[in-house]
Amino acid sequence: MYAFDFERPSTIADAAKALAQDDAQALGGGQTLIPTLKQRLAMPTVLVSLSSIPEMRGICRSDANALCIGGATPHAVVARDGGAFPALADLAGHIGDPAVRTRGTVGGSLANNDPAACYPAAALATGATIITNTRQIAADDFFDGMFGTALEEGEIITEVQFPIPQAASYQKFNQPASRFALTGVMVCRYASGVRVGVTGASEDGVFRWAEAEAALSNSFAASALDGLTLDAEGMLGDIHGAPQYRAHLVTVMAKRAVEEAAT
Amino acid sequence: MAQISITINGKSASAEVEGRTLLSEVLRDGLRLTGTHIGCDTSQCGACLVHVNGQLAKSCTMLALEADGAEVRTIEGMANDDGSLGDIQQAFQDHHGLQCGFCTPGMIMAATSLLRENPKPTEAEVRAYLEGNMCRCTGYHNIIKAIMAASGQDVTLAAH
Ligand SMILES: Cc1cc2nc3c(=O)[nH]c(=O)nc-3n(C[C@H](O)[C@H](O)[C@H](O)COP(=O)(O)OP(=O)(O)OC[C@H]3O[C@@H](n4cnc5c(N)ncnc54)[C@H](O)[C@@H]3O)c2cc1C
Ligand code: FES
Ligand code: FES
Repeated sequence: MYAFDFERPSTIADAAKALAQDDAQALGGGQTLIPTLKQRLAMPTVLVSLSSIPEMRGICRSDANALCIGGATPHAVVARDGGAFPALADLAGHIGDPAVRTRGTVGGSLANNDPAACYPAAALATGATIITNTRQIAADDFFDGMFGTALEEGEIITEVQFPIPQAASYQKFNQPASRFALTGVMVCRYASGVRVGVTGASEDGVFRWAEAEAALSNSFAASALDGLTLDAEGMLGDIHGAPQYRAHLVTVMAKRAVEEAAT
Repeated sequence: MAQISITINGKSASAEVEGRTLLSEVLRDGLRLTGTHIGCDTSQCGACLVHVNGQLAKSCTMLALEADGAEVRTIEGMANDDGSLGDIQQAFQDHHGLQCGFCTPGMIMAATSLLRENPKPTEAEVRAYLEGNMCRCTGYHNIIKAIMAASGQDVTLAAH
């Protein structure tokens, strides 16, 4: 790692101030950033830890029936205390391994937007609102291609609000070596219709599968997806799965999610 | 350089660290607690697991400054007060849950967390919890057996 200074503020306002310094970077749980620093792929002059800001940790349920999660809340806490939205708690409880879950955070996961990460699929499938120290961003406007987001330099995800669906399920096909999703699909049913978020599939990162949403809004059954296919063009391909395989897997995981959600 | 204070296995200690110093480096190089192993240094293997304020953490993927003021427990703090092996450690010995022993400190720290959260896990739950712990020797079966035994469950049918 290159050398850097370290600050651990206790309020969002102080963190924002610290992040206004040249080449400052936020540190969430460090589960992605520390390995990146070790590889010298990042060179911040100051790291601003978000781990000691009480107003950024914890979970509550809003009057508008959303699960509101502080941006620095670790996955393990969502898994344990997110019972008001069981499918989201289940998603959090299957990220990586137990030690990744005690430190990795929802804000870090969304800010990083790894093309195989789990939370981005949930953000799209719920139509979540990402709240930062300066504004509110709809999930549909947040993700911007692999590892890209709408966040400005130094902007902090302080909270994420996930509208609680009537029925939902996240189905992750594990990539056992990395423990990320090889491909994962989240299906959420609301009074207004069904939303489907897909991760670990497209070269453009997480996306909503509009055809499946239309079919499932019409009939919430796995059979509604019969005959629907995704084009392999533009899908991720690696030694673990070719683009055609991933395209196929999206339908399989979407059907499993519908079946699980419907029970 | 900055000074950090931690409680390590019940005793207070301090160390001089840089921003980039890892908790694993403080433990191994600073405090000479070399029972915490470094297998991969890339967050994959779990050999470096410790407890920070009672929570399982990869010490190779945590900055020392993040542990300032924390209570840290390592494998050196897992034996009984009289120096005899703790229950989980003893179960690893009884059930041949280790060969070279490189992964063992991390396995013991993970197993301790698991049994605290879930005192009577099923075999499947033990395997799932150890997802982040690699072992190159045992093939895992005897590790699973040892943890099931440490939880007071019958292991005659486990890990077959
Ligand atoms: C072995 C392993 C397995 C994993 N498996 C999975 C998996 O199955 N699914 C999955 O989704 N993820 C997985 N992850 C990733 C994990 O969820 C990370 O926790 C996550 O990607 C990053 O979160 P973090 O809090 O650790 O952020 P950090 O690593 O600290 O930061 C990541 C990036 O986000 C920025 N950042 C952090 N917090 C904020 C914030 N509040 N506001 C703005 N920017 C911020 C940082 O500046 C940095 O650029 C895995 C990681 C490992 C090591
Ligand atoms: S050395 Fe920390 S996970 Fe392998
Ligand atoms: S006993 Fe050798 S790595 Fe596990």
